[in-house]
Amino acid sequence: MYQFNYQKAGSADEATSAVAAADDGRFLAGGMTLIPTLKQRLAQPSDLVDLADIGDLVGIEDGGDSVTIKAMTRHVDVANSDVVQSKIPALAGLADNIGDPQVRNRGTIGGSVANNDPAADYPAAVLALNATVITNQREIAAESFFDGMFTTVLEEGELITAVRFPVPEKAAYTKFPNPASRYALVGVMVAQTGGETRVAVTGAGQDGVFRASDIESALSGNWSADAAKGVKMSDDGLNTDIHASAEYRAHLISVMASRAVTAAG
Amino acid sequence: MTGTGIGASVKRVEDQRFLTGNGNYTDDINRPGQSHAWILRSPHAHATLNSVDISKAVKAEGVIAVFTGADMAADGVGSIPCGWQIHNKDGSPMMEPGHPPLAHEKVRYVGDQVAIVIAATRDAARDAAELIEVDYGVLPAVVDMDSALAGGTLVHDDVPNNRCFDWEIGEKDAVDEAFAKADHVVSIDLVNNRLIPNAMEPRAAISDFDRSTSQYTLFTTSQNPHVIRLLMGAFVLQIPEHKLRVVAPDVGGGFGSKIFHYAEEAILTWAAAKVHQPIKWTAERSESFATDAHGRDHESHAELALDKSGKFLGLRVATKANIGAYLSTFGSSVPTYLYATLMAGVYTTPAIYAEVQTVFTNTVPVDAYRGAGRPECTYLLERLVTKAARDIGIDPVELRKMNMIQPDQYPYQTPVALQYDCGDSPATFESALKASDYAGFEKRRTDAEKSGKLRGIGISTYIEACGIAPSAVAGALGARAGLYESAQVRVHPTGSVTVYTGTHSHGQGHETTFAQLVSESFGIPIDQIEISHGDTDQVQFGMGTYGSRSLAVGGPAILNACNKVIDKAKKIAAHIMEADVSDIEFADGKFTVAGTDKEMAFAEISLAAYVPHNYPIEEIEPGLDENAFYDPLNFSFPGGAHICEVEIDPETGDVEVISFTAVDDVGRVVNPMIVEGQVHGGLAQGLGQAMLEGCVYDDDGQLLTGSYMDYTMPRADDLPNFSVATQGVMGASNPLEVKGVGEVGAIGSPPAVINAILDALAPLGVDDISMPATSQKVWQAIQESNVRQAAE
Repeated sequence: MYQFNYQKAGSADEATSAVAAADDGRFLAGGMTLIPTLKQRLAQPSDLVDLADIGDLVGIEDGGDSVTIKAMTRHVDVANSDVVQSKIPALAGLADNIGDPQVRNRGTIGGSVANNDPAADYPAAVLALNATVITNQREIAAESFFDGMFTTVLEEGELITAVRFPVPEKAAYTKFPNPASRYALVGVMVAQTGGETRVAVTGAGQDGVFRASDIESALSGNWSADAAKGVKMSDDGLNTDIHASAEYRAHLISVMASRAVTAAG
Repeated sequence: MTGTGIGASVKRVEDQRFLTGNGNYTDDINRPGQSHAWILRSPHAHATLNSVDISKAVKAEGVIAVFTGADMAADGVGSIPCGWQIHNKDGSPMMEPGHPPLAHEKVRYVGDQVAIVIAATRDAARDAAELIEVDYGVLPAVVDMDSALAGGTLVHDDVPNNRCFDWEIGEKDAVDEAFAKADHVVSIDLVNNRLIPNAMEPRAAISDFDRSTSQYTLFTTSQNPHVIRLLMGAFVLQIPEHKLRVVAPDVGGGFGSKIFHYAEEAILTWAAAKVHQPIKWTAERSESFATDAHGRDHESHAELALDKSGKFLGLRVATKANIGAYLSTFGSSVPTYLYATLMAGVYTTPAIYAEVQTVFTNTVPVDAYRGAGRPECTYLLERLVTKAARDIGIDPVELRKMNMIQPDQYPYQTPVALQYDCGDSPATFESALKASDYAGFEKRRTDAEKSGKLRGIGISTYIEACGIAPSAVAGALGARAGLYESAQVRVHPTGSVTVYTGTHSHGQGHETTFAQLVSESFGIPIDQIEISHGDTDQVQFGMGTYGSRSLAVGGPAILNACNKVIDKAKKIAAHIMEADVSDIEFADGKFTVAGTDKEMAFAEISLAAYVPHNYPIEEIEPGLDENAFYDPLNFSFPGGAHICEVEIDPETGDVEVISFTAVDDVGRVVNPMIVEGQVHGGLAQGLGQAMLEGCVYDDDGQLLTGSYMDYTMPRADDLPNFSVATQGVMGASNPLEVKGVGEVGAIGSPPAVINAILDALAPLGVDDISMPATSQKVWQAIQESNVRQAAE
């Protein structure tokens, strides 16, 4: 780790001001990616502004036809939330299967979504459930939020304060984990919301999370595991690495989608 | 009876401190005035060091000194030596290119040491290391063995074709004859995947130099501190033993990787005398991945000749073994005498010939890793035997049974040097077949099919050699050290005992097991016994712990020293109780005079030995403190049978190990609970090798599996509940009748797993899969068989 200044913000405004005032300030949410990055000296911010004490950024609100999860809510609290479990059980299940207990007790939804790791789980939920990312400046539709791996449309100093998920009729997330990291080798969220079918894929795409439109089309007319499995995904734009070829990932997308459809009922 | 003697499942006494954070590991130790080191490492796999400019680094805040390979070379520092000399087929010795602790003129793998920065803090040292300007002349890297043997690029300019040696064992002509008359010849090509050891505790060291006495001290994460003292003192730094103390305190796992003398130990020890203050270094996890010696990494072609009935006639093996950029301490012995000498396995194959080429590449050195040569051999044999059964249409159980060495054939002289002293492979095999309900498998396969799963069962029957010995034989084969062990048993005046052993415990539980030996011998409870190891200033001498040797070689040394204590104590007892020494009996901690009610407790005799008021002073000296060195008659030969059952999801290629049965013959069991734990740990590593773990370098010699993000360690949820049992024959080559258990799990299990996967996939026509058998590989194999079948 290089030297940096550590600041603890008491409010979202204080946090954004502190980052703005710093030479190269960074927000620190759960730190599950940022801290290892610093330890390896792969980043050298001048200031870390810790969001952990900002009570306004923690909590889960039941909005009737939506659930709003504030940015600093830990994965474990999403997994255990009565609201999330009853309204969007697929999301609670997803949160309950992120990383390991240590990660789930530290990691936050805002940090995960802002980081947009191409193999993270939450981006699939945000995209498939057509969520809205709420920042200190604006509301951003899921469709336009993610902008390639580890990249989002967030501006310098812009802070996610919450993510609002419409309540779907049906949804499920199925992950085939990378055997080493347990991130998604392929993770697929399927959802039906307001009659619309969405299928989002994480772990597989070279540009991060994406919608599998072929599977969406197949499921729109025929919500069944066989319909999903019958789609032969193209391996264009999919990752090849030591764990999985693009071809294998393409195959797994259909299989995971079909299993998610079964799980969603 | 103490209840803590041989055969009792005494809870591990050392676990109290390990589990409560009170262990004393090298990184826990701090010395007054200590400085911190950061090692600058090569980012290139192969490059000339055109210049190393340290001028900015030495001026950086907090920096005490910066040294490079040129500084060590100018000081006449020697090369890191290899502990075993192998000879080529033509009788010439192996190539032993120099291995400077800090690279000089050239770097040869990613992670090779380029400079050491010593500073007030670790961060200051690391910051300064970034200011060192190295002009690397990047050269092409050789990573795979075939390219290396082609010789275009040389890792060492003085080693043609990058070949370290070309060695053979066995009777080539006899094997050729066997093949000439064979009815069946079955062949196989195999890769034994390269592994990264991943001990929980990373390597660490603290060096110190006392100017008033010229005494050096090195604390280090080692499995064998005396060996480090010898290698580093005598060969690298020219420090005589009486001026060098090496301490290996609590060590958090080794698995072989902490046997070897590493460059950092020599660099730190040398530098401590330059800067006149203690220096501490602890590896980061990424340094562990890149610089701890790796394991395995073989490519082999093997052929088995059989007669019409399936009887083995001959075996021919050709292996290439990657030994990395430099010869590590035992890098040369692992793919030779610890490997090909076991090619008979549990079978009566009458003619065996094996040839092994070892190859330098631009990768970290390869050396012993749990099993060291024996897993590679077992994997080859048990894959080949299973393939033979399938190819010629004999049941794999029957083929094994008809070729197994029978109990009455021991001692059994193999055609490849070893003489197995004792064993009963048919018995352990039979037990494993029963315990795994082998007979009921076909029903389970059918049931699995109904839920869309492919189920398979795989067998491995094995024998291994551990407690490598005797010294004279090892020496004749090229070992540059003896392979005995020593013990000192010091009885204190009030009857408690400290045992100094030359073995080293880094997770094995010696503090418990060895205390049980003494408890049994003296009839005192183990809380009266302390086992001390790891400090060359305390322990007389020792060869350390590796190759499952500690109990088989170190145990009898303790037993012999205990017996010397008892012999002397009997003389004291005879004098005090006014009896003839031949009438003194010792049992349950009491000395008695036969035929009388006279008795003295163990502690009464020890007190008399140190307060010799009424004492046979003309006959014996005061004190009760005895030494023993023990050199065994032979290796010990554990063995057994492992049976694995898997289910494969054909849609994803995911493999689940449903059950794993291990029946191992480890001779006498001192602590059944510790033995079971050792087998569990070995199986976890064996299943890890078979299904999950694989080191990958890219073509430029960059390590692609350099963290847990990409290197798959086995986790609890990857493994089934193991069914393990021990049974067998008491060891024949040492007085404790023990055989060694540390490695059996890792040796026997990988082929059982792969054979099970191939059994599951056999209906699809898949006949090979390489380790690690990841879901992607299994899925790929299924796809290829689908394509093949469609084409047919």
